[in-house]
Amino acid sequence: MRSLWAICVKELKSYFASPIAYLLMAMFAVIFGFFFWVAVDYIQRMSLQAMLSGRSFPMDINEIAIRPLLANVSVIGLFLIPLISMRLFAEEKRTGTIELLLTSPVRDLEIILGKWLAALILYACLLGLSLLNFIWLFAYGNPDWKPVVTGYAGLLLQAGALLAIGAFISTTTKNQIIAGGVTFGVCLLLWVFEWVGSFETDTWAKAVSYLSIVSHYEGFSKGVIDSKDIVYFLSVIFFGLFMTARSLESLRWRS
Amino acid sequence: MIQVEGLTKRYGPFVAVKEITFSVEKGTIVGFLGPNGAGKTTTMRILTCFMPPTSGRASVGGHDVIAHPMEVKKKIGYLPESPPLYPEMEVHEYLRFVAQLKQVPKNEWARRVADAAERCAITDVRQKLISKLSKGYRQRVGLAAALLHNPEVLILDEPTAGLDPKQIHETRDLIRGLAGDHTIILSTHILPEVEQTCDQVIIIKKGEIVAKDSVANLTSRLRGQEAISVEVGKAGPAEARERLERVEGVTQVTPRDSRNGAVTFEVASAPGCNVRASVARAVVESGWDLLELKSLAVSLEDVFLELTKSEDEQPQAGGVQ
Repeated sequence: MRSLWAICVKELKSYFASPIAYLLMAMFAVIFGFFFWVAVDYIQRMSLQAMLSGRSFPMDINEIAIRPLLANVSVIGLFLIPLISMRLFAEEKRTGTIELLLTSPVRDLEIILGKWLAALILYACLLGLSLLNFIWLFAYGNPDWKPVVTGYAGLLLQAGALLAIGAFISTTTKNQIIAGGVTFGVCLLLWVFEWVGSFETDTWAKAVSYLSIVSHYEGFSKGVIDSKDIVYFLSVIFFGLFMTARSLESLRWRS
Repeated sequence: MIQVEGLTKRYGPFVAVKEITFSVEKGTIVGFLGPNGAGKTTTMRILTCFMPPTSGRASVGGHDVIAHPMEVKKKIGYLPESPPLYPEMEVHEYLRFVAQLKQVPKNEWARRVADAAERCAITDVRQKLISKLSKGYRQRVGLAAALLHNPEVLILDEPTAGLDPKQIHETRDLIRGLAGDHTIILSTHILPEVEQTCDQVIIIKKGEIVAKDSVANLTSRLRGQEAISVEVGKAGPAEARERLERVEGVTQVTPRDSRNGAVTFEVASAPGCNVRASVARAVVESGWDLLELKSLAVSLEDVFLELTKSEDEQPQAGGVQ
C-alpha cells in the first residue's frame, strides 16, 4: 500500500516535472474556455431577447449551459486521455526503469494502481480548471449543484475507464507515440459506437452502442445515476487494469 | 547463499542459458565473465526475479525465485547494465523513492540515503537532476540505489562500465569493502577487475559454464608450464638458441623478436623448475649481453581467451580441459 502511494507520487511528480501536465492543462483550459464563452454568450443573448420582448421566461442554466458543457468535456477527454496514459509504462520500458520496479519487493498490482491513480489525479486537475469556470455561473446565477456533482463523478469514472485501457496499451510497447495513437483510436471507436444505435435497431447494434462510452455518460450529466452505467464503467476499469496486469506479467516471460 | 541448479532460459528457439549449475557461498565475491551475449545478464535477471527461468531452479538465501519472489527481492540489490534512473528526478529524490520501493522503514530513509550517497561518493551531487549527471555519476547513483536497503546479496551487471580509471579504482575498493557482509555477483568484461576484486570466477560462453573456480586455481590451471622471456645482445640467433636449449630444465625455446642485434626468446620450462638463474648464467658465461629477463605470468586474460574461443579456432585441446 505504501509502495502504491510512493509510485503514484513519483508519477505525478514526473507529469509535473515535464511540460506534459502544463501543456494538457493549457490545452484543456483554452478549449473548455471557448465552449464556456459560447455558452455564456448564448445565455446573454437569450436574456437580452427576454428583456427586449418584455416577457420573462424561465431559463434553466443546468439545461442550457452546464449539461452541454459537461458533455463537451466528456468528448474533449477522449482526445486528452491518450496523452496522459501513453507514457505510463512505455517510457519505463524504453528507459529500462521498469527493471527497478519489477525487481523491487512491490506487487505488480501496486505498480499498476499507483500509475493509474496518478493519471486519474492529473485528469482531475484538468477537470478542476473547468470547475473554475462554473464558479461564475454559480456566482451570477442559481443553477442546481447536484447535476454538477454527478456530472463530475461521471467524468472521473469515464476517465478511469479510458485510462485503464490506455495503461494496458502502454504496457504493450516501448514507443509512447504508438501507445498514444492506439489509445486514441480505441477512444474514438468507443465514441462512434454510439452512432450505430441511431440507424440500426438489431440486437447487435444495441450491443455495440452499449459499448459506447459516451452514451453511458449522458445520464450523469443529467444528474441521473443509473446503476447500469456505473456497472459499465467499473467493469471497463476492472477489465483494463486486469489486462494491464496480465500484460505486465507476460513482459517477464517474454523480455 | 545462492543456489542455481540446471537453470535454462529460452527465448523462442534461442537458448540464452543452458543447464547452468553453480552455488555461491555467503560473503564471497563471484565474477561472472563471458563475451557479449553469453547469458550473463539473463542469469542475473532470473536471480533478481525480473524474469522466470524456462526450467531449473534458483534460490537466494533459501527462497526460491519462482515460489517466493517477494522474499528474494527483499534480499537482493540489483544494478542492471544501464542504471534504472529517472532523469527528471534529483539524486536524493530518486534514492528516497528507491528506499520506499525497497520497503525501508520511514524513519530510516534519511540515514540510509545519506549513507549510500556517502559510500558511493555522490553526496556532492545530491541536489542535481539525474539528467544533468555524467555517465560515471549515473553509474554510482545506480550503485547507491542497489546498496540502499543494505541487501544480503548484491547483483551488479558491469558495475564499472563507463567510469574513469580513478572511479573504477574507487568502485572496486567499494565492492571489495562490501564483501563479507554481502554476497556479491558481478559481471564484467574487464579481466583485471575480476583478478583484483573477485574470489571466484564463473566463465560462461554461449549460455554454458565453461569454468568455475577460484581466480588463483584458474590461472595456475592453464599455466601447465612456466615461461620466461630473455633478451640477449651480441649473439647469433642460432647459437644462442642452441645454448639456451642446453640449459637444464628448459623444454622449449622459441625466438620471438630480433632487432638491433638483440634477440628475444621465449623459454619454456617444466613446471616447478625455476630456470631463470641458470639461463642468466648461461648467457653471461657465453660472453653475450643479458638485456632483459622476465617471467611471463599467465593472466586471467589468457584463460578467458582460451576458454571462450569457439571450437573451430581452438588449435589444440591443450592446457585446459
